[in-house]
Amino acid sequence: MTAPATHSAAPAARRLPLPAFVDGTLLTLVAAAVILWFVPSGMGRYGTYVLSLWLVMSVAVMGLNLTLGYAGLKSLAQAAFMGIGAYATALLTSKVGLNWYASFAISGLLTFAVGLVLGFPALRVKAHYLAFVTLAFSTLIWLVLRNEQWLTGGVFGLSNIPRPSFFGLKLDGALAFHRFVVVVTFLLAVVLWWMIRSPWGRAFTALRENPIRAASLGIDTRMYTLLAFAIGSAYAGFAGALYAPLVEFIDPSPFSLSQSFFLLLMVVAGGAGYLLGPFIGALLGVVLPEWLRFAGSLYLIIFAAIVMLLLIACPQGMSGLLERGWAKLTSKKEGAR
Amino acid sequence: MAEFLAYLIAGIATGAIYALAAIGFTLVWQTSQTINFAQGEFVMLPAVLILLAIKLFGAPIWLGALIGIAAFILIFGVGFKLAVVDPMIRHGVLPLAIATMALSIIMKEGAKDGFSAEAQKFPSFVPTETISVFGAAISLQHVAIIAVAFAVIGLLQWFVGSTRLGRQMQATAQNPTVARILGIPVERMVLLTFVINAALAVVASVLISPIYLAKFSNGEVIGLFAFIAAIVGGFNQVRGALVGGLIVGIVDSMAAAYISTSYRLAVPLVLLVVVILVKPEGLMGRKEERRV
Repeated sequence: MTAPATHSAAPAARRLPLPAFVDGTLLTLVAAAVILWFVPSGMGRYGTYVLSLWLVMSVAVMGLNLTLGYAGLKSLAQAAFMGIGAYATALLTSKVGLNWYASFAISGLLTFAVGLVLGFPALRVKAHYLAFVTLAFSTLIWLVLRNEQWLTGGVFGLSNIPRPSFFGLKLDGALAFHRFVVVVTFLLAVVLWWMIRSPWGRAFTALRENPIRAASLGIDTRMYTLLAFAIGSAYAGFAGALYAPLVEFIDPSPFSLSQSFFLLLMVVAGGAGYLLGPFIGALLGVVLPEWLRFAGSLYLIIFAAIVMLLLIACPQGMSGLLERGWAKLTSKKEGAR
Repeated sequence: MAEFLAYLIAGIATGAIYALAAIGFTLVWQTSQTINFAQGEFVMLPAVLILLAIKLFGAPIWLGALIGIAAFILIFGVGFKLAVVDPMIRHGVLPLAIATMALSIIMKEGAKDGFSAEAQKFPSFVPTETISVFGAAISLQHVAIIAVAFAVIGLLQWFVGSTRLGRQMQATAQNPTVARILGIPVERMVLLTFVINAALAVVASVLISPIYLAKFSNGEVIGLFAFIAAIVGGFNQVRGALVGGLIVGIVDSMAAAYISTSYRLAVPLVLLVVVILVKPEGLMGRKEERRV
């Protein structure tokens, strides 16, 4: 009777008996960080910018992956949370004159707190009510960003957002800032990796697999779902805090409801419930359209269609496909299903 | 007072549109556990398809309407069920909900790229002048919307409650397993609800587009308000969706008139949050029991 089992049983069955694979995830993260540190030196300003943007979006998708992929909740406000982080950081660094690190922390705390406040009433009822509450919230934030000109600059947005410095080292150049983004993204990914391996993270997974059973095992279901959502939202705040100095100009459009839908599709495309999935998802959603410039806005349609096909053929997304391919190659019969 | 009456009529008219969308949303949710996040786009697209058919084939309005409506019901009633819902429902409710988000992006961007990024005039099937009632200027269009929408909803209620087919559909929605045992063709009934959903979307689209114009982004607000209407009224009640739609429409119209035009969207959102806090099963809904 419990239909979702087919969707989620596979990653869990893979993860539990094989702690070695999890270390593989960490190694991949380290290797990728090293490569990304060096790779853009010959790519020029724009190429470097696209790489940085990929990482920043990956942070937002990582947070949503925690909410959706691990805790099984639909949040339709990830872009709105990113907007809160971006506007908070932009205002604090350019208007108040606070340094970036403090603004980054405040952005995360603020989105975490808002996540708690939003999630509490919604999760009191039923998991899918969170979708509707976040849907409403997304629209509200967009209205505020657009209408409160005195604070947000309305449709004209905020410009001249300063880039941070690192112990007196200026990070104004594209390459220097890219390396900064690499380090921050790496740290955030490692924190998430650690969180998911901890007993606490196991509780998230238990919750997604079978909430009622998890509750009967003594897991405070509501508290854990709420925390997963709040932490996921805080990652969007962190992503926003990186996004604002990266693009140096923000307006309401990248934080709209359709952008939140788009972030969800990236989670699914990359593979919900896989730690490295968000990087693949953001690669497909952010970097590929830059390379496929000729496709223009058609790319969105193609991307959405690919996600639908993936959902039919392999709901575990690209990570699931890669895993299947790997299992075929190494001819582990039980892994291939 | 005259002003209030005009706003009330306008509110009931838009509310009736939201109700049509919310009823379809609820029906589809009841029979197949599909949370259709593309519901707003479902209301946006028929008008666009009709205009497209008129433009492409140089057809007269009635023929264009026929082609557009037939194409829409075929693709987004039958096709949606067979190509999206059926293969995906076995993976669970969550992937399906996300698939409908993907669908909404495809429909919106498709309308933008394939038709027009600008709002296009849509022919009205009723006279557009206003009449004066107790000193209030009432738009005939609003009156026509209310009349048609209520007639359609009444017809639907009669169909579901009093015909054999409709009762089979209702049985399927309430308990598919028992319905199957009783010999009801459950699959066909589910398909029927998808066709009805598409048909309701067509009615809503044809009614609202002369006022809002046909534009790819129209679905955003309509979809949002349809969700709110469904939840405010009671997520699993057709009657609830009707009441919810009317409440949301009237609240929206009054908010625009008396509170703030730039925050008119915010008022129904606040209503949603209040309902979820105070009466989460909706105004007309019953509490659902939890099943393991």
